[in-house]
Amino acid sequence: MSETNHSSQPIDLAEIRAKLQSSSGRQYWKSLEEVAGTPEFQDILKHEFPSESDTFTDPVGRRHFLSIMGASLALAGVTGCTRQPKEYILPFAAQPEEAVPGVPRYFATAMPFGGIGEPLLAECHQNRPTKLEGNPDHPLSLGATSLQAQASVLNMYDPDRLRTVVSDHRASSWTAFTPEFRRQAALQAQKRGSGLRILSGSSTSPTFKAAMDRALERFPDAVWHQWEPVNRDAAVVASEACFGQVLDAHYDLKAAKVILSLDADFLSNTPGSVRSLRDFANGRQVENGQADMNRLYVAEAAPSVTGASADHRLRLKASEVEVFAAALAERLGVSTGATVPALSEKATAWIEPLAVDLQRAGATAVVIAGDQQTPGVHALAHAINAQLGAVGATVSYSAPIDIAPTNQLSSLTALVSAMNDGSVEMLVILGGNPCYDTPGDAGFRDALLKVPFRVMLAEAGNETSVECHWQLPGTHYLEAWGDIRAKDGSVVLQQPMIEPLFGGKSQVEFLSMLVEEDASGRDLLRATFAATAGLSEAEMEPVWRKALHDGVVAGTGATAADAALSADWTRLVNLAPADGVELVIRPDSTVWDGTYSNNGWMQELPKPITKLTWENVAQVSPATAERLSLRNGEVVELGRGGLKVRGPVWIAPGQADDVIVVHLGYGRTHSGRVCEGAGFNSYALQTTAERWHAPSVDFAKRNEFAPPACVQDHGSMEGRHLVRVATAAEYEEHPNFAQMIGGHGGGSDEHAPAPAGVGAPYVGAIGSDSADGPQADVRFQSGRSDGTAYSDVKNDKSFFPEYNYTGNAWGLTIDLNRCVGCNACMAACHSENNIPVVGKDQVARGREMHWIRIDRYFEGELDDPATYYQPLTCMQCENAPCEPVCPVGATVHSSEGLNDMVYNRCVGTRYCSNNCPYKVRRFNFLLYQDFETDTYQLQRNPDVTVRSRGVMEKCTYCVQRINYVRTTAEKEDRPIRDGEILTACQQVCPAEAITFGNINDPAAKVTLQKKDPRNYGLLEELNTQPRTTYLARVSNPNPEMPVTGAGANHGEEHSMSAQVTEA
Amino acid sequence: MATQVHPLEDAVIGPNQNNTTITEKISDIVLGKDAPLFWYIGVLAGLSLAGGIAHGAAWLVLKGTGVWGLNIPVGWGFAIINFVWWIGIGHAGTLISAILLLFRQDWRTSINRFAEAMTLFAVSCAGLFPLLHVGRPWLAFWLMPYQNTMNVWPQFRSPLVWDVFAVTTYATVSALFWYTGLVPDLATMRDRAKTKVVRRIYGIFALGWRGSARHWERYESVYLILAGISTPLVVSVHTVVSFDFAVSVIPGWHATLFPPYFVAGAIYSGFAMVLTLAIPVRHFYKLHDFITMRHIENMAKITLATGLVVFYGYMTELFFGWYSANEYEQYMVMNRISGPYWYMYWTLIFCNGLTPQLLWFRKIRRNLVLLFVISLVVNVGMWLERFVIVVTSLHRDFLPSSWGMYFPTFWDIILYLGTIGQFVLLFFLFLRFVPMIAMFEMKHLVHKSEQVKQG
Repeated sequence: MSETNHSSQPIDLAEIRAKLQSSSGRQYWKSLEEVAGTPEFQDILKHEFPSESDTFTDPVGRRHFLSIMGASLALAGVTGCTRQPKEYILPFAAQPEEAVPGVPRYFATAMPFGGIGEPLLAECHQNRPTKLEGNPDHPLSLGATSLQAQASVLNMYDPDRLRTVVSDHRASSWTAFTPEFRRQAALQAQKRGSGLRILSGSSTSPTFKAAMDRALERFPDAVWHQWEPVNRDAAVVASEACFGQVLDAHYDLKAAKVILSLDADFLSNTPGSVRSLRDFANGRQVENGQADMNRLYVAEAAPSVTGASADHRLRLKASEVEVFAAALAERLGVSTGATVPALSEKATAWIEPLAVDLQRAGATAVVIAGDQQTPGVHALAHAINAQLGAVGATVSYSAPIDIAPTNQLSSLTALVSAMNDGSVEMLVILGGNPCYDTPGDAGFRDALLKVPFRVMLAEAGNETSVECHWQLPGTHYLEAWGDIRAKDGSVVLQQPMIEPLFGGKSQVEFLSMLVEEDASGRDLLRATFAATAGLSEAEMEPVWRKALHDGVVAGTGATAADAALSADWTRLVNLAPADGVELVIRPDSTVWDGTYSNNGWMQELPKPITKLTWENVAQVSPATAERLSLRNGEVVELGRGGLKVRGPVWIAPGQADDVIVVHLGYGRTHSGRVCEGAGFNSYALQTTAERWHAPSVDFAKRNEFAPPACVQDHGSMEGRHLVRVATAAEYEEHPNFAQMIGGHGGGSDEHAPAPAGVGAPYVGAIGSDSADGPQADVRFQSGRSDGTAYSDVKNDKSFFPEYNYTGNAWGLTIDLNRCVGCNACMAACHSENNIPVVGKDQVARGREMHWIRIDRYFEGELDDPATYYQPLTCMQCENAPCEPVCPVGATVHSSEGLNDMVYNRCVGTRYCSNNCPYKVRRFNFLLYQDFETDTYQLQRNPDVTVRSRGVMEKCTYCVQRINYVRTTAEKEDRPIRDGEILTACQQVCPAEAITFGNINDPAAKVTLQKKDPRNYGLLEELNTQPRTTYLARVSNPNPEMPVTGAGANHGEEHSMSAQVTEA
Repeated sequence: MATQVHPLEDAVIGPNQNNTTITEKISDIVLGKDAPLFWYIGVLAGLSLAGGIAHGAAWLVLKGTGVWGLNIPVGWGFAIINFVWWIGIGHAGTLISAILLLFRQDWRTSINRFAEAMTLFAVSCAGLFPLLHVGRPWLAFWLMPYQNTMNVWPQFRSPLVWDVFAVTTYATVSALFWYTGLVPDLATMRDRAKTKVVRRIYGIFALGWRGSARHWERYESVYLILAGISTPLVVSVHTVVSFDFAVSVIPGWHATLFPPYFVAGAIYSGFAMVLTLAIPVRHFYKLHDFITMRHIENMAKITLATGLVVFYGYMTELFFGWYSANEYEQYMVMNRISGPYWYMYWTLIFCNGLTPQLLWFRKIRRNLVLLFVISLVVNVGMWLERFVIVVTSLHRDFLPSSWGMYFPTFWDIILYLGTIGQFVLLFFLFLRFVPMIAMFEMKHLVHKSEQVKQG
């Protein structure tokens, strides 16, 4: 595509800001260009949806597309119309025990995430794991999972995994490898292993520890190094300084009333976040007109999901967070022993009210430091928590769950220098990818090449394995026996759901090879299990079976530890805020550290804040973009220490000024077909001294544009009442505020002059009388002139009686007060419903296939807006606009109120999608589904039709799950119980924001929620009568805080309530 | 008023024409040994453009609808725009042949045959699009009601099904009407044919016409009946097409104004197309005596009248956007005027709102070059109108999060050009192989005008 006609004129951010400031009240907007309404916006759009370029004529686009879709498209080109999958029907010669075709079986296991286990149940269809659910019996899951867990099943079916043993880039075998390995190991054994090094990631596995101990017994002089790119080094270092030993901190958010996050994204993307999010959401109860809510303060540089949920959010450079924490500590009476430099006016204004609020909360306050922050911030957090009396209440300490917590950076640099000085003769790498994910200046790859014998056990071939003499297929956690500890220290047994797809060995099996024992993973696991439990073989069987079944070994957990703060901690405090443009590096919210790079679901998931897909960008704040004359999509070159990367700029409202944020996990060179060419490698910008933020970065503008694929760049809220928000005080005054806000009428600001002094965009101007005076909060005026809310109006204009739903009537509610926008529901939907991945080009054309999507709206000022999320499923309208327009009856209403899709009948006129006011329908414009790649086929959910080209599809409320439960209930001759059917999005949601059930059942949770005064239907003025409804969001601002950003919109809460017209 | 114009210029047939000259002039175009050079150029141009259909449709069927610029939210684009545009163009033919016949408007005689041919060819172009635009074109027949073992029928509440009936009825009746009117002239061709083969071919199509009084009597009644059947179609077809939009909930589509507004637009564009065809045909085939300035001017007047109705429609849309007090309607109107597709809207206003105003002037109505240009501008304008209706309504509807943009791709454009090629090709073949003016009706006019002269 041609980029030449881009004008060099940047968006006038000053003008945008003025525009936004000039109107008070709520203003929703989504992108800068939108607000500006600039002609450049169209220009960008044109470039994003280039009319001239075409995937199929542009060779680069086509190659990329083909690489994603596999051979299917190429074949389709030859064979013409869509190929239907080949199927064989073969009977079992002998029916396996308990295996009933069509009935899935669930097995407890746990996913490693940074070495820490996330308890799961794996759903297996005919011995194929197809989907993961949370383990409801485990306290760290309670039935929900993280986004990463949902996507991890696809990692197992990654077609680009190592399919065989590879020796010097040639296919080999374990039989060829073993003698060679034995010989080398024997040589090392003679030297007590002095030339042997083992590199692994973080681990909490007792069996791994046992296996490693055995190996180090045989090779006493060998050294075991650890490297995990997103590790907990800062916490480890801080803990050693504060407590004289490594301890794990645990936060009890159930009990917390005031939470301060110091750059910690604890609601997502962190091990243990599933439970944190549940507790956080449960701590924000709004019921019966009472708001009993915790209050979240977030100080951060890069906008995060946690920041978006904050009641007050402070934008700080990453290096200023420590200064802010120190200032707060001093104010709270903690002596930091350092001179605290001056903070910005705004940050200073925060200290007093925040300190007061924290002190008031006392033992119910908690301060959490982010893993990417400095040891100093962690130490300050420990000290503040101790000072507030939170330790023992909201904060507790335990012995570490890591088998060997260590400063991994030191471990890595020690290995690199050993390799450089030639003392490493044999290196065994167990997983990971250090050639890719170590800091750019660490020189890992160069050092690695000096090692005479390099062996790597890798789940998938990667940048590191290709540099090794032997690349050995490792196992995915769903393929092997193992154990792992969850965040609370409880041990979870991992059991294989399927034989290793490509004959891989697990890490413990490989360590066992190293000591020439060749024990099976199961035996190793049972040995550890028996040793820990102190049971004999015979005694352990029932305990073992129970542990396997329950997904947790009874009686295991973290050992509580006494954490007395030593005086030594203040030495960690190092207050050096950056002066210039700071570089901040963070793990990516979808592909994480690169683990999920080759995972199509993760690539296509929009990042929660930017809604970008398929790549990383250089994020800057609007003010910084203005200062540096940067535009969205403009390519810049970033460099540190001679290493340079190139990527497009993206302006992120809410980001700290003078900060460039980049994310990890992209720029892979040896990963696979999915992520080839996506994004740039931010590890190159890391240095061993400054991994997560650096005070300076080389920065050069390239005269190029490479617009990223954004699923939601378009539009602003335009004054429509889509997300409805009030403060806790407003809620208590008007529990039904959502209906009062609602109601349409005229009046976005262009068309109806707003009453003086009131924000226009939120107004239902026509019909709402502005005679209440200038102070009246028009948000609370009904759009109807007779003062009734729209939801009070019955559909009494139809000629026909309404259909009488006598049996079940399915409905869904989404509590916007609970949703934090973590994306887990989108990944779960992908996994459950066989949703195809379409690729960057198609996303850029507006053809993504997500059945559930999360709309993100900004509100307030440009630099520091509030961020709101609104997930959209199919609304299953009772008066569905899609149904009457379908010429072939491919979308029809069921007797239970579902809007069913008949895929076989659909001819693809797309009229239903045109007529859908919510635009939740998705069309297979091309052959998106991959019918060819063997491993992907195994992942498919057999209960859901695999859609082909030319067919419309959409959310069905997981009708396959409804039907499964219906069958069960009918067999047992009973009605379906409330809560028995969980939609995939509901089941996975850590915040329990989604509730599904029978709205004909007066006792059902969903029915009660629909009676909640916060309940409202999106676009219900169209009389679509949506079955999906929303519970409005309530925020809990501190009235004493300075009014900025999110708080700004709540500042007038007291003055406005008096004039409100009661509906 | 028309004092300065020579009265004969206002005649519907030239003064020196008699039965013999008419027959010779018109049948010689068909039976003449060689066609003029421009005919070959026209056929070649049409043929090469029409190749676009084969190319565009083949790729479309192989790859899928995604080769076009469509997306969510803009699920309809060029295909539907072109469909409505072509169907609209067809309307003038039916109006001329049916309604003007019933109203005994003599001046329709010389233009009705090729106007009807234009209708048929336009409908054939239009019909391609709904067929190809569906996701699975090979299953498009599911929109037809037919008996099948599953006992599954189309969904009769959908306007797309009404469309199927409206368009197929329209195509059938138009074809019958045209052919019936051709029969006496085909017999003339048979009788004047110089070779056996030609005589044979025209003889088959002439259905044994001998021109007996009984034949004429039957012909007249059949023709009148068909005119009666066709008349409601002038109104109904585009009304049903407008339902494709009006029945939906989308702001910019959901409007009660649509049926009359669409019908007027159809006739407007149809007459513009007849002018676009008639002016060069008259010039190149030297048919000044048959297509007189009176024809041209009358057509210009109808274009002006329907153009005003269309413009009134635009104004009404704007007014109701404001008057509805509905924020979505209001936004839709503002978005048309000042949104990302503002240039489409303002070009449309220029083409359909301002340009036809020139036709108030007699001088311009009688200036063939200007009139030809105006007719082209009107055709462009009517295409833009459909673009504005289809795309700018869809691309920004209710939820701003789903807003998008639509830009056509190469494959959108090539298919559109292909149908233009098909139209041109069919029209040139028509000029060469079928008498383009109804000879026997012209003779009737000669008789009449002689009576006038004598009387």
